Amino acid sequence: MITLTHYLVLVGILFSIGLVGVMRRTNLLMLFFSTEILLNAVNVGFVAVSNYYGDLSGQMFAFFIIAVAASEVAVGLGLLILWYKRNGSIDLNSLQSMKG
Amino acid sequence: MYEIIAFYIFSALSIGMFAIVVLSKNALYAMSALAGGMIFISGFFFILGAEFLGVVQITVYSGAIMALYAFGMMFFDTTRDVKENIKNKKIAYTLSILSAILVMVILCAPFFSSAIQANYPTIQNAGNIQMIGLVLFTKYLVPFELASIMLLVAMIAGIVLASKKMDIKVETSNESQVVKEVK
Repeated sequence: MITLTHYLVLVGILFSIGLVGVMRRTNLLMLFFSTEILLNAVNVGFVAVSNYYGDLSGQMFAFFIIAVAASEVAVGLGLLILWYKRNGSIDLNSLQSMKG
Repeated sequence: MYEIIAFYIFSALSIGMFAIVVLSKNALYAMSALAGGMIFISGFFFILGAEFLGVVQITVYSGAIMALYAFGMMFFDTTRDVKENIKNKKIAYTLSILSAILVMVILCAPFFSSAIQANYPTIQNAGNIQMIGLVLFTKYLVPFELASIMLLVAMIAGIVLASKKMDIKVETSNESQVVKEVK
């Protein structure tokens, strides 16, 4: 039988994959992908808890997280396109303009 | 029985897909693997009895967000491998230790949470979509409207940010030249 712990272990693995991506990537597009992974992992956790405790709040929160992710991508990609047009690079280190 | 098989298959597939996203050097491979991973994540939602969220996951993530990424990729040079130079090993180690502690806290949470009570308990003999509709349009009505305003703001921001100077080629768009052409 699949218990809540199974799901939480899975969520932990997925979340740490996303964290590895956030730490190791310096390309901004890849950083966006990694944040999507983080949000998805948290969504699975919310829905699993909501199922096993018979509560609907978890599903509601997952729903709003999906809405936030959609708007984050819209604004973030717009900014990214502007930055690429201006600098010709979407590397994280190209954001660094001050010496220090 | 089927639940167990489905859980293990979906977890193996989604972990594999997300590992490809994180480790791949090619941006196109990473995007395709991310789209696949989103579909497999929606499988978990269907197993857990949240059909509405499963469908929303497929349409919003694999449909809208992936289409947006594919649109954004037309601007970037994606055929080349992504070049990254990684410095600062110390920061990475500190962050990984912190995240390990965080994951441990997450996994230990159920042992301390036996006193959880359901705020909005599931309703007998009602489907998942009916239950979500009942809760969303009564208890979560204000956040729902706020989310719609947020999506509107994001849409306008995306249009304004991306559509500026769209008629000028990316390669030739030095700052001075763009200013000249706009004038």
